[in-house]
Amino acid sequence: MSLQFRLASRNLFHDRLRFIATIIGIIFSIVLVTVQMGLYVGFRLMVTTMIDHAPAELWIMPVGTKCFEDPSLLDERQRFRALAVPGVAEATPLVIGYAQWRLPQGTTTPVFVVGSELRGLGLHPWNVVEGRLDDLSVPGAVAIDQTYFERLGITGVEQAAELRDRKVQVMAVTKGIRSFTTTPYVFTDVERARSFTGIAPNKASYLLVKLAPGADLWTVQQAVRANLADVEVLTAAEFASRSRSFWLFGTGAGAALFAGALLGLIVGTVIVAQTLYSSTKDHINEFATLRAIGSTSRYIYTVIIWQALLSAIVGFAGAAAIGKIVAAATAESALPVIMTPLLTVALFVLTLTMCIGSAIAAIVKVMRIDPTLVFSR
Amino acid sequence: MTEIVLEATDLVHHLGQGAGRVQALKGVSLALKGGELVLLMGPSGSGKTTLLSILGCLMTPDAGTVKVGGQAVAALDAEALAKLRRERIGFIFQSYHLFPTLNAEDNVRLALDVRGERARAAKLAAREVLATVGLGHKRKSLPRELSGGEQQRVAIARAIVGKAQVILADEPTGALDTANGQAVMALLADIAKDPARAVLVVTHDPRILPFASRVIHIEDGRIVSEESGGESMKKVSNA
Repeated sequence: MSLQFRLASRNLFHDRLRFIATIIGIIFSIVLVTVQMGLYVGFRLMVTTMIDHAPAELWIMPVGTKCFEDPSLLDERQRFRALAVPGVAEATPLVIGYAQWRLPQGTTTPVFVVGSELRGLGLHPWNVVEGRLDDLSVPGAVAIDQTYFERLGITGVEQAAELRDRKVQVMAVTKGIRSFTTTPYVFTDVERARSFTGIAPNKASYLLVKLAPGADLWTVQQAVRANLADVEVLTAAEFASRSRSFWLFGTGAGAALFAGALLGLIVGTVIVAQTLYSSTKDHINEFATLRAIGSTSRYIYTVIIWQALLSAIVGFAGAAAIGKIVAAATAESALPVIMTPLLTVALFVLTLTMCIGSAIAAIVKVMRIDPTLVFSR
Repeated sequence: MTEIVLEATDLVHHLGQGAGRVQALKGVSLALKGGELVLLMGPSGSGKTTLLSILGCLMTPDAGTVKVGGQAVAALDAEALAKLRRERIGFIFQSYHLFPTLNAEDNVRLALDVRGERARAAKLAAREVLATVGLGHKRKSLPRELSGGEQQRVAIARAIVGKAQVILADEPTGALDTANGQAVMALLADIAKDPARAVLVVTHDPRILPFASRVIHIEDGRIVSEESGGESMKKVSNA
């Protein structure tokens, strides 16, 4: 073990109360950043979950559509123009919209209806845990997520309810398809979706396009754009990016999450800086002795940086453990805190950076040490 | 023939600012030869500590020159001065200035660690020097587990482990009882037997006169007298 490391660790652990206070400060700070950034990651995934699960390579949508939940409509006749473009193998309508779900006891709750063709290309429910996807072809059949059983007054498949005064029957149940808006998703056939949402038979929210084998995505996208008027044609990645931008930055939600994370960082930096500074002040005679016996500035900085790094490692370990607990506790919620390996690594690097940055005040203090202090009695 | 290992010429230095500015050194010159143990004596405020700080390259004089091992230090920057200190000068302080969280061996090893010496070699050297000062059996003890005399011996070990040419000791017996003080001085006198090394001890303590090769008296920032250890002993005995 290097002597600098030993000196740093002993300086740090010597005053246990102060060390514990530092670690609590770092944990508080990093947990705050973790939760904010975990929410950000969760939010990013949640806002594009429908786009990510649709098998479409291109999305045709009304001009100005901001996100998947946008209620704008386009003329379904565009579908045939799209199908006429070389390289387009399939183009099918997708209908979305809000509707009122009436529970068996008579109360109502809003739901978000997603309707697509059940055969071939469509945005079908995934993670089906009860019933079958094929059963959605039964008249009045819908699929819901088990998360919303209580909200929708349902306990399993084959149970009935009403959607916009039309009788519906739950024929499939999914697991984990939740909406960050907390409004339950209801999957059904495209025609039924139109009737539940009051959308005219010749209208659709989107056209999902699948390319013919070997077709070039960019070429087909340009050709569809040229062939269709008053629509936008985006790749799945472009549409996901647009949706994320709208929800995260258009609504201010992302800014709020980042502001919380920044606040956490500032609090953490101040706490660690204060601790390292007062620790350096307490050990000022030792640093002056080091200077007197001829240590380089770098040698002394290394001792302080080691102190900062040790604080960072212990603090991050605590914060990561709490972050994992928070992630597990929110896993089933509408907006889970998601800890990805990349986020964990990024948070560790951030903690190290924060702690090293915090050492600046202590280093400045050491730079100003008068080595003749060693002669004071 | 022994060489001069530390030389100061016409040192002038002021302390404080404005109305409180005082001239602490008023043209001090001295030289230390290898194999000498020189005592620097004088009343409080006479300029002893200022002179020690300048000789130890911890402070730059307003005027005058300092040479350590023949090398002039005036043109050296802070890092070059630090290099000079770690390679050529050893310090011993009245209040020891040991690192309370490190054991005796690590405290000694520190003087080699700042020079970038390999840990294994530094450990062996630290153990050897601790044995020389009679503390081989206490190398794992923390400073708080050692007596004042033992702590000062650890500090001496730290000062000599790097084979410094010049040992500067500031009141090394000031916090010790007579027996421990004599033991510490005996060690310093042993070090000064080496013709390549010189020891300068700032002191008020007349009990350590028998260990001196020379005694320099300083008052009001000037060297007022210089005599051999024997002459100084006689004066004290006659008084």
